[in-house]
Amino acid sequence: MMDKLQQLGAATLGVIERLGRGHIFIYYAIKGFPALALRPNLVLAQVFSTGVLSLIIILVSGLFVGMVLGLQGYNTLVDFGAEESLGVMVALSLVRELGPVVTALLFAGRAGSALTAEIGLMKSTEQLSGMEMMAVDPLQRVVAPRFLAGAIAMPLLAAMFSAVGVMGGYFVGVGLLGVDEGAFWSQMQASVEIDEDIINGIIKSFAFGIVVTWIAVFEGYDCVPTSEGVSRATTRTVVHSSLAVLGLDFVLTALMFGE
Amino acid sequence: MMHTRTVQVWVGLFVALGIVALFMLSMKVSNINAFRAVEGYAVTAKFENIGGLKVRSPVKMAGVVVGRVDDISFDSDTYEAVVHMKIEEQFNHMPVDTTASIFTAGLLGEQYIGLEAGGEEDYLKEGSKIRLTQSAMVLENLIGTFLFDKADKADKGAGK
Repeated sequence: MMDKLQQLGAATLGVIERLGRGHIFIYYAIKGFPALALRPNLVLAQVFSTGVLSLIIILVSGLFVGMVLGLQGYNTLVDFGAEESLGVMVALSLVRELGPVVTALLFAGRAGSALTAEIGLMKSTEQLSGMEMMAVDPLQRVVAPRFLAGAIAMPLLAAMFSAVGVMGGYFVGVGLLGVDEGAFWSQMQASVEIDEDIINGIIKSFAFGIVVTWIAVFEGYDCVPTSEGVSRATTRTVVHSSLAVLGLDFVLTALMFGE
Repeated sequence: MMHTRTVQVWVGLFVALGIVALFMLSMKVSNINAFRAVEGYAVTAKFENIGGLKVRSPVKMAGVVVGRVDDISFDSDTYEAVVHMKIEEQFNHMPVDTTASIFTAGLLGEQYIGLEAGGEEDYLKEGSKIRLTQSAMVLENLIGTFLFDKADKADKGAGK
């Protein structure tokens, strides 16, 4: 009985300690941001590997998600004779929800796992300790640019996802199913508010970008420096950041739209 | 590692694409014009019931959007809703006896104010009041009246 209680206590304390370490860790990484102004190329290289290299998967998924939304939405809306509202449905669901959320999930799988594996391997091959030996702060040199790059790339990727998705919905709705083109765009423009829908979508994707990259760099930095440890950390990154994104999405949606 | 210049070009392209996407979302998908404050002259009208009319609902004449609802307030003396609307400057030939009614786009669509021109020589200007108004049709009231009417007729039929 006492042993069980002790285990529970130890596990709880472990979780709290890890959370605390995560926050201190990101605090020092953010403190390294001003120094990055002197070395913008470090950030650029990371925007390249997290953002540019994720482009293909984001654009292709966006197109297909938009096309599927167009098909499914049309099938339901046509029963009510409201197929002109297809544009509204596609645009609102993409801009408000699917754009930020699906992009964040793909981003966690594509870029987050790579970040964790990279930093974890740096740790297990003692590159991070090597930097410390040379009086280079790895938090500033390795973690800060990656964190910043993730936070920059995510909103841009989500915006591209939504834009491509709307085009996909347009191709299917107007091109394939014969929805009236003018009604498609005009109803969409009448219903999508820039301050309410688009800005909130951008805020969401920015928050997801921060959370996913944070989890990814922390898991990498905090991993057990063995090959098994790195593999576990990478798995944890994908699982935890996906769950965090979905949970945070509910909270943000409740704050933004739930009245 | 790739050449720095190549990386920079790609990142530049990436950021440009992102900005284009944001631009498209704000210009093409949402209506940025609707976001701007409406310019024009202010006109008020009192309605007994405005139904689901909202701020920024369109004001139409002959189906053309000529302005937007600017503000909605309540007159506690007459228990009526006061709708302040802005009519665009270019439509300044509205007779003072113009009628304002609240219509619904489609059966369950959004509500808008429909204006119908009268025959007076004088035109509406900044601060004018539209006196002839017709309230929104509230679906429940309509159904209520209809049912009541039916019941009334049925009663009469039974009495005879």
